[in-house]
Amino acid sequence: MPITVKNISYTFSPKTPYEKKALDDISLTIEDGEFFGIIGHTGSGKSTLVSHFNALTRVQTGEIVIDEFVLGKKKIKKRELRNLRARVGHVFQFPEYQLFADSVLADVSFGPKNLRLPKDEIYNRAKEAIELVGLDFEAIKDRSPFELSGGQKRRVAIAGVLAMKPKILILDEPTSGLDPQGKIEILELVQKIRRDACKIVIMISHNMDEVASVADRIAVLNKGKLATILPPKELFRSRNLLQKFNISMPEASSLANELADKGYKIDRGVVTVEELVEEIKRLMRNEE
Amino acid sequence: MRDVSLGQYYAVSSPVHRLDPRFKMFAVLVVMVATFFITSFFVFGVAFIFIITVSLIARLPLLKVFRSLRAIFILMLFSLILTMIFSSGQYGEVVLWSWRRINIYISAMLNAGMLASRLVLLMLTPTILTLTTTPIELTDALESILKPLTLLKVPVYVFALIMSIALRMVPTLFEETDKIISAQKARCADFESANLFRRAKSLGSILIPLFISSFRRADELADALDSRCFNGGKRTRLKKLKFEIRDLVSLIIVLAFLFLVLLLRYNWWSFYWIIQLNNVVI
Repeated sequence: MPITVKNISYTFSPKTPYEKKALDDISLTIEDGEFFGIIGHTGSGKSTLVSHFNALTRVQTGEIVIDEFVLGKKKIKKRELRNLRARVGHVFQFPEYQLFADSVLADVSFGPKNLRLPKDEIYNRAKEAIELVGLDFEAIKDRSPFELSGGQKRRVAIAGVLAMKPKILILDEPTSGLDPQGKIEILELVQKIRRDACKIVIMISHNMDEVASVADRIAVLNKGKLATILPPKELFRSRNLLQKFNISMPEASSLANELADKGYKIDRGVVTVEELVEEIKRLMRNEE
Repeated sequence: MRDVSLGQYYAVSSPVHRLDPRFKMFAVLVVMVATFFITSFFVFGVAFIFIITVSLIARLPLLKVFRSLRAIFILMLFSLILTMIFSSGQYGEVVLWSWRRINIYISAMLNAGMLASRLVLLMLTPTILTLTTTPIELTDALESILKPLTLLKVPVYVFALIMSIALRMVPTLFEETDKIISAQKARCADFESANLFRRAKSLGSILIPLFISSFRRADELADALDSRCFNGGKRTRLKKLKFEIRDLVSLIIVLAFLFLVLLLRYNWWSFYWIIQLNNVVI
């Protein structure tokens, strides 16, 4: 079932000198099976928007419908809240900073434990999640999460959310602060999660190359307002839009655009490196 | 939790906000001392009007100023009740109301009223200071006031630096705590559970990451200080404290207030109107 967001607005510290409007009348629908990207500058309200989806932020105005959960002004019951948070997993930015337990197994089990599942179910879920993120369960389960490498820590933290078996997964800048190789691995992991575990994946990112290569549709937020929602190809083709909201292009798109400007007959809608390579190959074949 | 910062600075621009923080500290001291010389409700009234006028000039919402009283509500209630119960009244005074061995006199009630008024004044005055002065300004002022101690080889600037770093980190820590709480809540951590054991366990999931990140930050900060050759020596500052005309004017007003309070109490020159005033109002 999809996520429906209706006219959501949000103001920080209302009625104080620090008052700040973070979200302004946002409506959108995220379909089942969709990989949904959200981009926007710092302070555009990306994180505030997604924190509504698992009720970490209370809805001020508007309504959000996720499966059987209706999030509005009314307070949700505790039990329902737990079910919602199990349904909608949220991986925060730098999720490794939330690790706390003395072993990887204990940390990953934290979520399922809070869901009050039976013991063997907790263990199975933790094992499954750790294996899903590509770590060797037997080798890592008793180690302290603090002695792992940066990339491993992040995987453990993501596993901690996946262990609750969410149908919808929100990732806030999952690759930030990692080295290039780590970034590629996490992106591959995110795609694997989307294939095998979660029906809907929502990813916030600053990196256009990353969103362009994985997302089905991309929402652009600008100063709390929803600027547009488009598939990556169309979004990065519309240069006026990009300029208006000061969004940079993925590397592949900007190269394709420069080639097109020079008079080569290349598709401006290219967004990934693979597509660019194919386009250039095609171009060279035609030249011959 | 966004507006949580140490103290309760209310960010508007007003003449009171712009005053020299050193002067403001001094003024608070003067007004608080003056409070102890007040012995009649009339003068308390004058003092209240003074405080409210200052709040209005500072463009503070009065509700916010008075909200600080919540902190001493219990203390006030206790002292009121105890004073009323245990005062024995003036000689020959008629008992107003009695129950078993407890006698309530009018004079006791008046005393209790005085006590309450004094407590309220003592609470409101510093509140205006913290509402109109940023914590950083306060530390700067404190450093400036304590400067003479450097002569006694007390490293005042180091204390001041420690204080400003601590103050600087408070909002950061709050932000960090906020993030960690959200992250653990997203994993269904239960911070409101009736089950104490469960709640304590959930608290660990906040405190441990918070400790780790504090140590990491402290480490980074120490490195940053080192790499900029900090050796505890003299630092220049962006905002120099300067005593200006407006501070002088305010100083005169505050001292005039103190003088008025003392005059109404001691009446050195035996003004007739003060005697009359003391006869009319209690």
